[in-house]
Amino acid sequence: MAGTRRRAALTRFRRRYARQRAGLYGAAILLVVVLAALLTPLLTDPSGMDVTKATGARMAPPSMDFPLGTDESGRSVLLMLLWGARVSLLIGFMSALLSMVIGTVFGIAAGHFRGWVAAVLMRVTDWFLVLPALVLAMVLAAILGGGPSTIIVAIGVTSWASTARLIRAQTLAVEARPYIERSRALGAGHWHVMTRHVLPNVAPLVLANTTLMVASAIVTESTLAFLGAGSGQVSWGTMLRGSYDWGAATSGAWWYVLPPGLCIIAVVLAFTLCGRALETVLNPRLGGAS
Amino acid sequence: MLTSPQQVRDDTEEGGARRAMARYALVKLGGTLLSIGLVIVATFFLFRLIPGDPTIAYTRDVPVTPEQLALLRRQMGLDRPLGAQFLDFVVRTLRLDLGTSYEYRRPVAELIGERVGPTLLLVGTGLAVAVGLGMWQGTRAAWHHGGRFDRLSTGTALTLWSVPTFWLGLLLLMVLAAGVGPIPGLFPTRGMEDVDAPGGPLYLLHVAHHLVLPCLTLVAVVYAQYLLVMRSSLLEEIGQDYVTTARAKGLRDDDVRRRHAVPNALLPTVTLVFMQIGFVVGGAVSVEFVYSWPGLGLLFVEAIRGPDYAVMQGTFMLVCVAVIVMNTLADVVYHVLDPRVRSA
Amino acid sequence: MTLLELRDLAVTYRSAAGDVPAVRGVSLGLEAGEALGVAGESGSGKSTLAMSLLRLLPRGASVSGEILLDGEDVLTMSWGRLRAVRWASASLVFQGAQHALNPVRRIGDQIAEPLRVHGMATGAEARRRVAELLEQVGLPAWRARGYPHELSGGQRQRVMIAMALACSPRLIVADEPTTALDVMIQAQVLSLIRSLIAEHGIGLVMISHDLSVLASTCDRLAVMYAGRVVESGPSREVFAGGRHPYSRALAEAFPTVGDPASRIAPRGLGGDPPDPAHLPAGCSFHPRCPVSLVSCASEPVELRAVGDGTGAPHTAACVHVSEESR
Repeated sequence: MAGTRRRAALTRFRRRYARQRAGLYGAAILLVVVLAALLTPLLTDPSGMDVTKATGARMAPPSMDFPLGTDESGRSVLLMLLWGARVSLLIGFMSALLSMVIGTVFGIAAGHFRGWVAAVLMRVTDWFLVLPALVLAMVLAAILGGGPSTIIVAIGVTSWASTARLIRAQTLAVEARPYIERSRALGAGHWHVMTRHVLPNVAPLVLANTTLMVASAIVTESTLAFLGAGSGQVSWGTMLRGSYDWGAATSGAWWYVLPPGLCIIAVVLAFTLCGRALETVLNPRLGGAS
Repeated sequence: MLTSPQQVRDDTEEGGARRAMARYALVKLGGTLLSIGLVIVATFFLFRLIPGDPTIAYTRDVPVTPEQLALLRRQMGLDRPLGAQFLDFVVRTLRLDLGTSYEYRRPVAELIGERVGPTLLLVGTGLAVAVGLGMWQGTRAAWHHGGRFDRLSTGTALTLWSVPTFWLGLLLLMVLAAGVGPIPGLFPTRGMEDVDAPGGPLYLLHVAHHLVLPCLTLVAVVYAQYLLVMRSSLLEEIGQDYVTTARAKGLRDDDVRRRHAVPNALLPTVTLVFMQIGFVVGGAVSVEFVYSWPGLGLLFVEAIRGPDYAVMQGTFMLVCVAVIVMNTLADVVYHVLDPRVRSA
Repeated sequence: MTLLELRDLAVTYRSAAGDVPAVRGVSLGLEAGEALGVAGESGSGKSTLAMSLLRLLPRGASVSGEILLDGEDVLTMSWGRLRAVRWASASLVFQGAQHALNPVRRIGDQIAEPLRVHGMATGAEARRRVAELLEQVGLPAWRARGYPHELSGGQRQRVMIAMALACSPRLIVADEPTTALDVMIQAQVLSLIRSLIAEHGIGLVMISHDLSVLASTCDRLAVMYAGRVVESGPSREVFAGGRHPYSRALAEAFPTVGDPASRIAPRGLGGDPPDPAHLPAGCSFHPRCPVSLVSCASEPVELRAVGDGTGAPHTAACVHVSEESR
């Protein structure tokens, strides 16, 4: 019985989402990018990224052999772009996930509990909200050392505060409903109310918010990589740092500067459009306000 | 002249209001000091997490004997218990002694003092332009809601929001500073001034010329949020009854907007400007690095490369404290501007 | 000359989902010094009617017909003339003055604003007039320095009234002026309105869903349903002896203080007002009408004269009316 209801809700959701044109464009872009990232190990040879095995001329413009030209060591820019996509997407996704988990826990707790617990939680949230996230992330990355997992932690730990605020507001709204009061009167404990009542209600909002978070996480990851606090692997940000260090911008090597940046913009826009479409679909009240 | 009952009422009201203000100011000050204290504590423990021995890092390029290393350890206070180190740290920080840079061999406070000016120039100019531009566009977009200007400016703002600051900087460098094909570059490619900078009033123009691209980059990414906030605040105000009352009174459209809708919509926008300083700082770091603008951001990024922990620690604390102070200012400004909050 | 005359006024809201007719052909008249009450449930179009009088409807609304204010058609006025007429010839009092006053500006400034806009007074002269107006509505003059949130609901409504009187208009349109207030304050505000319009000879159009309030304050009543006037006449006649089933139901819906019968068994009207986008065929009231005939579902009924033609004109749009007067 619940299964058919869920299937009906899913079809309803799919139909409403399909009406958001911008969301469809976003989803299409994401599909292409994710497919490319997943298929890369099957279609290309990663050894081309080894500096010692590079075969192309240095900083050469696009040609038949190298469709997007070469970098300062003669490596194919296109190859690095594809492998970099995997890193950027993975780190972006995982850090958004981490940020969502921390933010949801803080948000629900701050909205559910009363008194000094909530006050302290809100204070901490506000503190993190105000602090410059990029600077904090850079310090964390430097302290914890390079590597994908530390970057994920650095980004996740510095970006959860806005999610927490959102979830808290939603939790307060949900808990104001009469059936929650009844549930409490029947003896429901904190854990029960938070997981069985609040969580399912805030889940759609969390989903939409996480999608938007991935967008900003990817920008943060590439910025960190560009500024030298990267994961150590080739990503779009490190490529751009390479282009900067070797003066690609000032010497006109546009094939090294444009593609990674355009990829970042495309993916970020795609996630943003999807996230906003999800917001509109899952929360019809917001629909007219945009 | 005898005081009328009216005057007595006014005086006590005024007195009460003043006392409430003083109480509010004290509470705010207390909260700010607490937050700053938290920053200092957090910085200390954060930087103690660093694996490895700081003395090794400090003497990387210099051959030293074990005795010299031991002496250095004592000098840096690393042989004392953690609690003593913490107290020492707090005291020194309050005295504005932020340690010595490994790379530059100079006091961190001195380095910061040199670099603060350019950063303030960049961030100040950038903020002023971004806030002005964003608010003006947001106002116009909201007032002509749904029209072409609205859709165009909102779309542009959202797109620019997705562009990484540093990449935009690279792009502008490529196009406007280095030049494309036959078209020459119009702006310098790095720094705040050239070696052969002119003196006197021409110096200001020279610096301004260098400021254009960094400022433009910063503005392009940051102005979007001011536009969006102003737009949504104004849209909310436009729907209120008092705007209809204003129209019914016979005011011109412009006056309704300027005298009624916009002042109300400004309140949340102004607060947001102060609260989002953290984000602007992040953008400034990228911009300073790309353009080699000699500010705190560049200093910070260079310290990552070292790694020069003393400099990192010092700039980190300074930036955090600055942001916290800005946030308090946001509350105070809101309190002063909104009469509803004032008497609460 | 009649102060206000509406001729076949119609307002349609254009939306992506289609056109919604909010007001469908209303014709009313009002003399100077007269008070006309417009009654109806929410969705009957009465607030739309009020807003249309000074062309204050949102952009998506299309208006047709004529609104003659002192003989001039408001709907065809030039923009400049309209701005001059607004507040100076006709002013508004809103419901829920909670949000009808600008929360961040002083009360005195807001009352003086129309004086400044219409070039009537500035500076000390304006302040004097503001103090005078505040006193007229029973508020102390020092309130001018305060802000709206410092006042109670009833006090804010008084400020709205003072503001409406600022330019000495010939007509005041009050949209649910007492709905958000409790009964005691409501009585005070109503009596204030009555005395002020009598003293200054101002025309009043008062809109409310509470028929008893209108009956006690206004000389004439017009009852609206689904965008049309279904009954119009002297307020006592319409209230105590309504000829349209809807008017009767409205009058009975509010329990009368002191009448034990209405306390025990208050009468109500079942059903909901019709969706303006999907109005029933024929008489739009017939689905809820206790005395509807078969013909009511297909033939709409126009306003018909009630009574024998002597006394003040009284009309009602019910199929039963013409039968009785014959």
